[in-house]
Amino acid sequence: MRNKFADAIYEIGKTNSKICALVADISPAGSMVKFREEFPERFINCGVAEQAMIGIAAGMALKGMRPFCYTIATFSLYRPFEMVRDDLAYQNLPVTVIGMGAGIIYSTLGGTHHTMEDIAVASAIPNMTVLAPCDPEEMRLATTWCATESTGPVYMRLGKAGEPDLTANAVDPFIVGKIRYLVRGDGDLCILTYGITMKMAFDVADRVRAKTGKTPSVVSVHTIKPLDEAGILDALTSHKQTAVIEEHVPHGGLGSRVKEIAWDNGITNGLKNFTLKDEFIHFYGSYEELLARHGLEAGAIAEAI
Amino acid sequence: MGYRRRVLEISQQVQALHAAGAFSCLEMVDVIYNGLMRGAAGNSPDTFLMSKGHGCMAQYVILEDLGILSRQDLDLYCKPDGRLGCHPDYGVPGIEASTGSLGHGMGLATGMAYTERHVNKGDGLIFTVLSDGELQEGSTWECMMMAANLEVDNLICFLDHNGMQSFGNTAETHPRFYPIREKVEAFNWEVAEVNGHDGAAVFDAVAARKGGRPFLLIGNTVKGRGVSYMEGGAIWHYRSPNSEEYKQALDELVEISS
Repeated sequence: MRNKFADAIYEIGKTNSKICALVADISPAGSMVKFREEFPERFINCGVAEQAMIGIAAGMALKGMRPFCYTIATFSLYRPFEMVRDDLAYQNLPVTVIGMGAGIIYSTLGGTHHTMEDIAVASAIPNMTVLAPCDPEEMRLATTWCATESTGPVYMRLGKAGEPDLTANAVDPFIVGKIRYLVRGDGDLCILTYGITMKMAFDVADRVRAKTGKTPSVVSVHTIKPLDEAGILDALTSHKQTAVIEEHVPHGGLGSRVKEIAWDNGITNGLKNFTLKDEFIHFYGSYEELLARHGLEAGAIAEAI
Repeated sequence: MGYRRRVLEISQQVQALHAAGAFSCLEMVDVIYNGLMRGAAGNSPDTFLMSKGHGCMAQYVILEDLGILSRQDLDLYCKPDGRLGCHPDYGVPGIEASTGSLGHGMGLATGMAYTERHVNKGDGLIFTVLSDGELQEGSTWECMMMAANLEVDNLICFLDHNGMQSFGNTAETHPRFYPIREKVEAFNWEVAEVNGHDGAAVFDAVAARKGGRPFLLIGNTVKGRGVSYMEGGAIWHYRSPNSEEYKQALDELVEISS
């Protein structure tokens, strides 16, 4: 996804002179080099200085630019949190903060590099839009929206690299603020997820179909905030069961929001959340192995549904 | 001294804090608005950003004098239905950014200066006033480093160096931090140092800058300048005068201005 992000911002930057990129000692491969070489005045490497990255981006936005700030999610959101809150959100500036490699994908780097709470943190800030595209094409569409249509700050959670194309046959188009059915099933089970766990959602759907013969709906909730409450309520009421899968702690993420909607509308059964544990797990292995330690594994989820 | 009387007047109505911090930077803010910024008020190619947001009453009274803020705006300072609070707020006429939490102004100003100089290819100057306390924020030094690397020679910072912070004397909080000048120069900034209450000296120091680098003017000031019992007293960061103290302050300010 990160390479495609670089492609997207380069393509948009070619025709929109307001687009600029700020990075903090990290750069997506490929096209970010092209962006930097062709538009050097619109590319700033702030070095390992994330507070400066966000503050400078805010200053640029105050002078009319539409900056993108890019680094690993823990450092783009947590380290400069107050700059994100005060400089970007309080002043409602059109700056996109990219949280790259969010979740626990940097498995062997340890908990300092695991972004398990970013959806809750970003969603808690007034004015902030929170996006989490599930594949390179959704990411391209989301990036285009951030570059051209957003009217305030956006936190965009991205995977790392190698995410497969999952939306080529989607039922619904990508519209910010609306949930998107990638597969519309037979009404038995609806799987809600976002971002890099979409591949796992499809695996779960395949297993459920093999086990029951029924086809689950698979939904990309790429816009976590503002959440499509009507769309979520429709999913809850038009399916016998709903499962939320997210690579995020149990509190303050999509699962919590869906529970709120269910409670507010008197829906008290048929909903299960599958999330990371509320734990820092000191485990060093592959991404998939660490997910499994948290209980996020397609086979286990399919069994538990 | 009209500006100081007005600061006291609006703050006294609501027993507001921060008058002493407004007094220490007042001459520098006056020089920026009334000497250094080019063009008609409100329509200048230059930008002023009050990084030490708690000094904003100095900004408000000057913006009122320039006709950018109204008398009613200031009369409703910190009151319901007013739009001026104890820190400057983006969206109010003459206020270019929301500040108040310390250590944000350098980043905002650096981004503004970079855009003006290197993206828009213009000659807009960015002025900002920092507090001593802000120099204790890491974010300020991140941007101090960045500003020189980004070659923002249109960034002109003023340090309201009154030597106080809310806990007391800055030199006691961080004795190894001093002297400041050499540290900033080491980041390839141009630095000058003057009496921050001497408006002519402030103006001349900025006018005489060599250019080609970001510029810091260290203005040596006195917190609470102009009111004898406030001068140098950390407590006046938070306290506001009682009625007797208020009367004395007005008498002293009249005496100074005569």
